Amino acid sequence: MTAAVLEPVDGAGTRDRVLDLAQRYGVYAALVVLIAVATAMNSDFMSVSNWRVQLFQVAPTVLVALGMALVIGTEGVDLSVGATIALAASIIPLYIGYGPAPAIVLALLLGAAAGLVGGAMVAFAGVQPIVATLSLMIGLRGLAELMNGAAAKPVEDPSILDLGEHGIAGVPVMAWIALAATGAVAYTVRRTTFGRQLVAIGDNKRASLLAGLPVRRVLVTVYVLSGILAALAGVLIVGHGAEADPANQGLNMELSAITAVVVGGTPLSGGRVRVLGTVAGAMFMQLASAVLIQHNVPTSTTQIVEAVLICLAVYVSRERGTR
Amino acid sequence: MSVRTPETMAPVPAPQPRSGSEGRAETQRERWIRRAERRGPLVVLVAVCAVATIASPSDASWPDVSTILGNNAFVWLLALGMTFVITTGGIDLSVGSLYALGGVLAARGATSSPWLAIVLPLVVCAAWGAVQGLLVAYGGMAPFIVTLAGLLGARGLLQALTNQGSTTYLVPAGSWFRHLGEGTWVPVGIVAVLFAIGWVLMERTGYGATLTAIGGNQDSAVLLGLPVARAKVLVYLLSGTLAGAAGALGGARLGSGVTTIGVGYELTAIAAVVIGGTLLTGGYGTIGGTVCGVLLLAVIHHLIDRYLSQYGSAMTDAVNGAFLAVVVLAQALLERSRRR
Repeated sequence: MTAAVLEPVDGAGTRDRVLDLAQRYGVYAALVVLIAVATAMNSDFMSVSNWRVQLFQVAPTVLVALGMALVIGTEGVDLSVGATIALAASIIPLYIGYGPAPAIVLALLLGAAAGLVGGAMVAFAGVQPIVATLSLMIGLRGLAELMNGAAAKPVEDPSILDLGEHGIAGVPVMAWIALAATGAVAYTVRRTTFGRQLVAIGDNKRASLLAGLPVRRVLVTVYVLSGILAALAGVLIVGHGAEADPANQGLNMELSAITAVVVGGTPLSGGRVRVLGTVAGAMFMQLASAVLIQHNVPTSTTQIVEAVLICLAVYVSRERGTR
Repeated sequence: MSVRTPETMAPVPAPQPRSGSEGRAETQRERWIRRAERRGPLVVLVAVCAVATIASPSDASWPDVSTILGNNAFVWLLALGMTFVITTGGIDLSVGSLYALGGVLAARGATSSPWLAIVLPLVVCAAWGAVQGLLVAYGGMAPFIVTLAGLLGARGLLQALTNQGSTTYLVPAGSWFRHLGEGTWVPVGIVAVLFAIGWVLMERTGYGATLTAIGGNQDSAVLLGLPVARAKVLVYLLSGTLAGAAGALGGARLGSGVTTIGVGYELTAIAAVVIGGTLLTGGYGTIGGTVCGVLLLAVIHHLIDRYLSQYGSAMTDAVNGAFLAVVVLAQALLERSRRR
């Protein structure tokens, strides 16, 4: 703390440089170390069956975290993703009678609509992202439970179950979908005008506005994308669990997603999106809790470890004098 | 300590000067907008109560009202602490977990001594809040994330204390600690006194002014020589202590430490504060508004229970969400039309 006070305003000190490196590559290093340690302690860790389980678990989180990374890149946050998952899940048993494709499309459309409402509140009305999406978070889960009823409904459609259970070339379909989404989001952020605009808005909204960027449109689109990705995660979760359970599905997903994004090195202050870091962050948090559970560490300790990891990640990625 | 350079402080949201009235006469229009912002929650509260009473006079019966008050009063303390935190432009997501932790600690303490039942939750939750405050103020970390970690960590501690939820601590039947949570008047009295102290702290002391200044423009507050870091640590400490106290008193009412309680309470507290008119961007906090906010949510909850109970808690959630959306939209539009 004293060191921070004494540090020069410009010109990166060694400490800053180390923190910078840690922010950029720390999550990959941590992931490698974690896998190495876990393998050393338990040779079953590298088994195909274990990795399949982990990929099933992490794929929905990755999808949601990708959308969250985009939103956080604009200096926002989307608390409604967990509720959007529940909403998408609740629509599937209602429309599965028309076939799997219409049900899935409708679920994704609902996700887009949820994102549109949140995005419009943020972009056009100027509501703080955290409250705008908080109201959706509370309201949408209630809506999902109203549509579905309190009890979980079984889903038996084979194509939707395939999405959640089957694999292509030994890798779960869910993981392939997450991989494709990662590629698409990474491409969007790095290679498209939209991606550049997004980052510019996150860095300095006012300057972007003055430079003539379509700030409102980009903001709305970002929340819509986050909603669609969350709805997609919801479809996969329904497929994996073979039931729609809006009271429980997607619960606390917003926290897991934010954690993955932050651990992945994306600063909460916006202006930067680390897509691969986010995926690594989601993997890291999933594997860390899985390793702790496999070694019979009680959930209480797991939660405390997660809390410490989040704090560490934020400490490393907090805003410093140099950017 | 007294000389701090701006870049060591936590990231501040772009300072938004509360535009308008200083330095020149207010126009009629601006005055109405300001009134709507300040008095809106109270007007809505009175209107909702009036409509409900006219629609069904039995609603206003004392047993009903006393049940609402007695059952909910302690949870309102979370909103009180949250008002202070939000005034500085921060947020405290850990209060729901600390509420549960406070209840369990109180029940555990009560098994040895009623005094311990009061001291233990207050000390632990104050310490928890202080650590969060230190990380925010001196570590320069975002409040949102620090308290998110606090939310997870406090739940973990709670689980560890109760052997993963399998041990339930009961407040002994004869303990006078139970009386603190009984009936209507004791809880309401305690909560009212704390809110009154909170109001004095916010409106009548330099500390309250410092909090408002920090929320308005932190860099300016630093340059003015205000004890920004200390005030921020204290504000999270205060919020944690109030959450612990609320949990302890709730434990006294329930007679045991319930581990599953408090999930999502931080969101209700934030909603109540925002509905009351406190700006989430910081720089303006109103304790009176928060009182209106918590009462309004309680009344709405009660009305839904009464008329729409066949849909269960899902309807409460849906309506609360929609209501919060309407309120924040109205606030945003008022704010915008004032700037014009």
